[in-house]
Amino acid sequence: METIDIVGILMRGVTVTVSLLAAAGVLTFIVAFIAGLSRVSRFKTVRLLTTVYVEFFRGTSLLVQLFWIFFVLPQLFDIRLEPFLAGVVTLGLNYGAYASEIVRSAILAVPEGQTEAAIALNMSRFQRMRRIILPQALRTMLPGFGNISIELLKGTSLVSLITLQDMMYLAQNLRASDYSLSLKVFAVLLVMYFVLALPLIILSRYLERRASRGVAST
Amino acid sequence: MEIFDWSYAAEVFPLIFRAMFVTLGITLAAFAVALIVGLLLTLLRRSKFKPLAWITYAFIEFVRGTPVLVQLFFVYFAWPMVPVVGFEMSAMTAGIATLGIHYSTYLSEIYRSGIEAVDQGQWEASRALNFNKTKTWTKIILPQAIPPIIPMLGNYLIVLFKETPLLMAISVNEMLLTARNLGSQVFSFVEVYTIVGLLFLLLSYPSSLLVGFAERRMNNRYMRKDKKVKKENVIS
Repeated sequence: METIDIVGILMRGVTVTVSLLAAAGVLTFIVAFIAGLSRVSRFKTVRLLTTVYVEFFRGTSLLVQLFWIFFVLPQLFDIRLEPFLAGVVTLGLNYGAYASEIVRSAILAVPEGQTEAAIALNMSRFQRMRRIILPQALRTMLPGFGNISIELLKGTSLVSLITLQDMMYLAQNLRASDYSLSLKVFAVLLVMYFVLALPLIILSRYLERRASRGVAST
Repeated sequence: MEIFDWSYAAEVFPLIFRAMFVTLGITLAAFAVALIVGLLLTLLRRSKFKPLAWITYAFIEFVRGTPVLVQLFFVYFAWPMVPVVGFEMSAMTAGIATLGIHYSTYLSEIYRSGIEAVDQGQWEASRALNFNKTKTWTKIILPQAIPPIIPMLGNYLIVLFKETPLLMAISVNEMLLTARNLGSQVFSFVEVYTIVGLLFLLLSYPSSLLVGFAERRMNNRYMRKDKKVKKENVIS
């Protein structure tokens, strides 16, 4: 089999990988903001519950979480998720927990004086967060989100272990059909993943450079 | 049937607990590889011979940009077929090598930040004392660059620990594969996967608290000097 044929076969998995990346990316983003804002909430219960969630997902392994959500949830609570949905939920909750730390630290990094100024201007808590704190915190968050997106893309390869037919899964099938193809298949697969990651890598390097420019450091 | 069978859980717990030591062994071995290769990559990237520095940079970006799982399959199944340099490895060795090399690219960034944080004057002083390159690195730069980054290195030890279940894909008998094999005997994964999850949490959460503590201590230690300087400025 020629290299180009292998590329052709693996290309069929790109859709799954990319749609998984997109769906899990959106969920990660939403979870990150909800959890990140909850971690700086004034209500102790909210802070405590979110901390438990974040530490739980950061403290256990992604693959273990995936298996737990896919194999244990149906047995324990009779919640049956399709492989794709299980993948999106696990990736979103896992990387969302990591990304919430980015949101939290960016909010905390906005100088205290900004909050005080907003209070002096008689802004409500909501106005303060929306108009003063978040716009400034957002630019500190962006490079972190760029890096998370690369990690997320790499994380999608795990769903092949719960029988979702992404690039990784197709590659394994191909190898099983003909062991002599191993080298070509996995070399092609590595390059394909890197090509997918390249725009994200360039974007996050750009964001990193931009974040360190034009802002007075304390 | 009960939803969570406690007596079955008690029965399999010792078996999974024993597999935990395999996981820990893999973690430590892979981390040792990562520490050494990471430092090597950092030094190669600073090489005066530009092509070498570029190749190292490209290697780091490539390894960081592709999934560990794919790399694992590449190293285990494809590497033996690479002409000239290829050779066969046991699944365990392949797993340790892959995890070690993957995380060495992350560690090399940390080493770099540590080295760049060393004051320029230290290099100059070393030159003034007529130290050669080896002596400059081993006696002056690294002893100052490494202690402040130890907590960050610790963070990656924990990250690496949580990546070890991937090795089940090439049938290394670590915690998760042991759990799966046990579970498939009785067609129930509730107990086994829950135990694995809890063991991971039990090991990694206290470790991350420890790393956080070390980080704060390191910060205090390296901040104190600055504070002193600031105080003197105020007085004068």
